[in-house]
Formats: sequence, structure tokens, C-alpha cells
Amino acid sequence: MASVEMKNIVKKYGDGFPAVNDVSLDIADGEFMILVGPSGCGKSTLLRMVVGLEDITSGDMIIGGTRVNDKAPRERNLSMVFQNYALYPHLSVFENIAFPLRLAKTPEAEVQEKVRAAADVLELHEHLDRKPANLSGGQRQRVAMGRAIVRDADAFLFDEPLSNLDAKLRGQMRTEIARLQRRLGITTIYVTHDQTEAMTLGDRVCVLRRGVIQQVASPRELYEQPVNLFVAGFIGSPPMNFLPAKLRNGTLATPFGDITLDPKRGADIGDRDLVLVGIRPEAFDDASLVDEAKKPYGSTFRARVDVTEWLGDSQFAYIPYEAPEEVVEQLKELSRELDSEALRTQAVVSIDSTSRIRAGREAEFWLDARKVHVFDPATGENLTRDSDAGAELTRLAEEQRAEEIDEARASGLTVEG
Amino acid sequence: MSAKERNWWIVAGVVIVLYALFPIAWIVSLSFKAPADIANGQFLPTVFTWANYSQILTGDAAALFLPALRNSFGICLIATFLACILSMFAAYAIARLDFKGKKLILSTALAVAIFPVISIVTPLFNLWRLIGLYDTWPGLIIPYLSLTLPLSIWTMSAFFREIPWEMEQAAQVDGATSWQAFRKVIVPLAAPGVFTTAILAFFLAWNDFVYGISLTSTSAARPVPAALGLFSGASQFEDPTGATAAAAVVVTIPVIILVLIFQRRIVSGLTNGAVKG
Repeated sequence: MASVEMKNIVKKYGDGFPAVNDVSLDIADGEFMILVGPSGCGKSTLLRMVVGLEDITSGDMIIGGTRVNDKAPRERNLSMVFQNYALYPHLSVFENIAFPLRLAKTPEAEVQEKVRAAADVLELHEHLDRKPANLSGGQRQRVAMGRAIVRDADAFLFDEPLSNLDAKLRGQMRTEIARLQRRLGITTIYVTHDQTEAMTLGDRVCVLRRGVIQQVASPRELYEQPVNLFVAGFIGSPPMNFLPAKLRNGTLATPFGDITLDPKRGADIGDRDLVLVGIRPEAFDDASLVDEAKKPYGSTFRARVDVTEWLGDSQFAYIPYEAPEEVVEQLKELSRELDSEALRTQAVVSIDSTSRIRAGREAEFWLDARKVHVFDPATGENLTRDSDAGAELTRLAEEQRAEEIDEARASGLTVEG
Repeated sequence: MSAKERNWWIVAGVVIVLYALFPIAWIVSLSFKAPADIANGQFLPTVFTWANYSQILTGDAAALFLPALRNSFGICLIATFLACILSMFAAYAIARLDFKGKKLILSTALAVAIFPVISIVTPLFNLWRLIGLYDTWPGLIIPYLSLTLPLSIWTMSAFFREIPWEMEQAAQVDGATSWQAFRKVIVPLAAPGVFTTAILAFFLAWNDFVYGISLTSTSAARPVPAALGLFSGASQFEDPTGATAAAAVVVTIPVIILVLIFQRRIVSGLTNGAVKG
């Protein structure tokens, strides 16, 4: 087990394009770090530089206190699960898992014992004699993980390991990976573009955009105190709504009426002619269902609902709004970058599933002004970010993680290396 | 497919098989004919006789045929083996590494393959006599490599390209050196390709006549196709047709056996299950 430190890592390809640009990231021993971002943000490249499959143009990669820039992959003692699993088709499941041990010339008895132990953890016992071709997708995935955990690697690296599984299996494997990592307490770097995986698995999440780190924080901090427009738009599903607004004396004039910021947050911004207001869908609700005690913390407005989606446990309403040309252009640009396509300017609003609001009618909504963020449309910077509150959230997450690992180790579940 | 369409396919298939196999059937039939029967124009011999076979295996042609058979086997197997080993490394480099002159190697290989054999055989004859390779096994193995290598490099690099890069990277992360990754992962995966290439290379060498007849003079190195041309009849007015046919049948048998054995190994889809399914 070891920590992983990256110092000013740069990766430039032949054409001089920096796929990864000046990335510095400290991953503590035993930490589960997620690298997330839209496609082409450099997350996989970064992972491959950690493992040594990609050369580092400049910067230092330090694993367990040793600089590994010039070390071959096999000298770095890391194990990796590939997106397409990369199982050896000519070897049985047993030999696939045993492969790293065989290369290390481990005595036969120890190989048997370790492979059985790994197979126990992953419930692969009855498949040990089969060939990968005869396994289902989920089983192959488990074999790939078996090959990773069988030796005492300093860190696990996952490169979008679940993206080839169907949705149901993906959910199961996700919890399986989380359990495994807690149990083994091994430093893990996990690349994904799926934000559900990012939010549920990670102790901390590193959001990348065009090879540059945007924010490294616990999932909660990312969600509640995003540092800029990109992070705010990327994290959360359905995504945060961005409304154009005019800011005067701490009051935002939006297409959905005026929102009064709490003076502490509004004061620093000053008056501006154009800002983007970021409001998460769940900050809205059907005004008729909101507690009277809560109402003063927000504002109500009336709007015509375009479409509603009832999902049983929740309900979404889509409210179209008008926006100035320049904002529309920018929002389109942002959504393109986030791998989605915004066709129209509309707000997605989460309302109670019992709400009787119907599509095509006008209805009254309430929105929680405490959960509103204000972004500078030019730089994308979050003007209302409370970094202390964010840091506190991350600190709590770290405490919780330390506790969980201690618990796992104390209960003797950890596989001793 | 409708019944009518299927019938047409069957008919067409039968026609093609007949067309392809008829000459071979004729050769087989010839090999069982007595000398008097050979020119009678009938497909089946009037009396079956093993005389032609005994003539080439134990009779007066045996001194010519048996050493030739041994030479052919030895030379072709060695040439095939060398071609496979060399082209495996070359193809791996071509498929995996980025180096200058990659295109040059491939196009040179192609140029060598299409270069007419007959145009280099005379200079080669002189050169071999000078340096003492004339009428030796190496004297044939080297030119055979020039036949088999280009083809082997091309087919094998196609096979290597099919193998997912991740296989090798996974092996490297698992602690393998490049050589170990090549030997333990790439070679087993490429085995069907290697076998296919080996068979093709073997046939090329096995069927060669021009080098065989030009670069040898005695049974020290003369291969079968050349020996076949040197068979003589019982008298100088008689063609050795029966013996030649029998010898042709005998040399065809190893080829057929080879294909039957390796047919099982040439299964595509060995990489199934390597990557996502």
C-alpha cells in the first residue's frame, strides 16, 4: 500500500497538444480517488501515466515516496483493471488470476492458496477451470478484478471498469467494488465518466476538463460547493439549471422572478448586469406542497410546465424560459463540453411525486434561495462558493473514510499482504 | 434461402468440386495403370496395379525418389520453421512498434514476393557454385526463405494486428517483461496465425521446382519436384508417366495430412472472451 503523488504532470502528444496539463494531485494511502470528466478530458491518459503505459512529458509521479517516471510498468507494483478486461483467452480463469503470481515465480502452494482466497472474495469458485470466452460479462469483470487483487499491489487502478456492463449489473458491481476497496483498504484510482460511480465510490473526486484539474473534493463538496460552472454542470443528474439573471442589491432578477440572496452571500458580488444562476432541480418544489415554515427561505413564481415525468419516487417538470442570445450560446457550449446536447433553454425541476402539477398548465413553484449559486458568465467562476463549508464537508468525508477503514481492519477482513 | 436456391448452390458446388478434383483423380487413376493402359484414354485402369508405387519406393526409381523425399521434407520443414520464427518477430515489430522504414520493409517484402524466380536463379546458380552452397540443403533453404518470408510477414502481421493491445499492456502491468508478455500472451494468441502461415509457407517451399532443379545436381539436396522431372522410362522411347503419377500422389499425401491436422488449429475466434463480450 502506498500513496500516489503527482506533481505538475504534463502529457504532450507529438502535435504539442497537452492531453494532461499541469496536474498536481495527492492521493493518500488507502484513499479511493475518482478521476472524472467528459470524454477527452485526459483522465484515462493520467491513469495510464500512473501505471506506466504512457510516458510522462514533464512532472513527477511519486508512488510510495519513490519517483517512478522512468520505471517500467512491471516495476511499479500496481494492478490495473482495463475497460475491456484484457483477460488472457488461452488461459483458464485460475491461470488468469494466477498470472501475476506465476510471473513473480511464486511457489505453487502459495499460488493455489492466494488464487483460492481471491476467488472466495469474488465468488468465482465454480468458474476456476473455465475459459474467459465461456463467462458472462459480469464474471469476466470479476476475473479481471481477481487478477488485480491476487498480488499485493501498492494501488489499484480502474479504467472505466463498468462501462461494458448493462445497467443492472453495473449497479451490483459498483457496490462490490466499494466493498472490496474498503475491505482491502488499498489506494485506488478509478477513472469513469459516469457520475453515479464518481459520487458513490469516491472518497474524493477529481474533476478534469481538457487536461486541467477543476476541483478535487469529496462528492458532497462537489455537489454543494462547486468551484465553477463546469463542475456544477457536470456533477448531478439531472444537471443543474442555469438561468440568466441581473443582480441588484443582493436580489437576482431571473426569468422565474426575483430571488433574494442571503446578505452574507450576496454582499461580495456587487451589482452585475448579467450572471448565471445555478439552481439544482431539487431546490425547486411545488409551492402548494411546501412547508409554511420553509417558505420564507425562498421565493415563489408561476410558470407554464412543458412536460412532466413521473418516476414513482420522484417527479420532474420541464419549464421553458427565454434567455438572451449570448447566454444561450454559452449554455450550448457548456452542454456540448459535458457530452450532452441542450436543444432548448429549459429548467428541470424536481417536484414531489404526489404533486398534481400537469403538463401544459401554469403552476406555482417555490425555490430555495439558500441553495442557489451565482456564476460569472465570462469566467464560469462560482461567486457564491463557501470554501469553508466545502472544506468542512470534505473533512467529514475523510473522517468517515478513516473510520471505515479502521473498522474493516479491526474486524480482520483485510487480506493481509 | 428457398429450396430452389439451395439446390442451385448444391449443383454449383458439385460442379466446382468436380472441376477442381478431376485432375487429381486422373493422376491417382494414372498411378494405378499399367504402362500399356496409360494412353488408352479411359478414366479407370483396366487392371489395378501397384507396380508404379513399387517402382518408386523399392524399384529402380527408388534411388532417385526416396532421397528426394527426404530432402524435400528436411529442407521444407527447416525453411518453414525459420520463416515462421523470423517473420513472427518481424510481424510483431510491424504490428506493434512505430519505427522508421516500416512501410519500406512491407513494400520490400512485397517486391521480393512478386519478383520472378526465374530471373534470379541463374546468378544464384553462379554465386552458389562459387561459395560452395551449390547442391546443399542450405543452398535451397536460403532461396526458399525468400519465397516464404514475404508471405509469412504479411499474413502474420495481419494476425498480430488483430490481437488487442490491452492484452500485452495487462501482462506488463501484471509484472511481465516485454519478452515474457510476447512469449506468454502474444505467441499463444497468435498461434492460429502462426499455423496458417506455416502451412502456406510449407506449401510454397514444397511446390518449388525452379530452384530445386537449378541449384542441385545430386541426391544430396535434390527435392521431389525436381526428382520427378528426372524420372526415366524403361526405355528411352517410353515416358515414365506411371511412375511420375505415383510419385505425385505420394508427395500430395503429406500436404493433405498437414491440412487435416492443422485445420483444427486454424480456428479463428481464439481471442473470443479476451475482451468484452
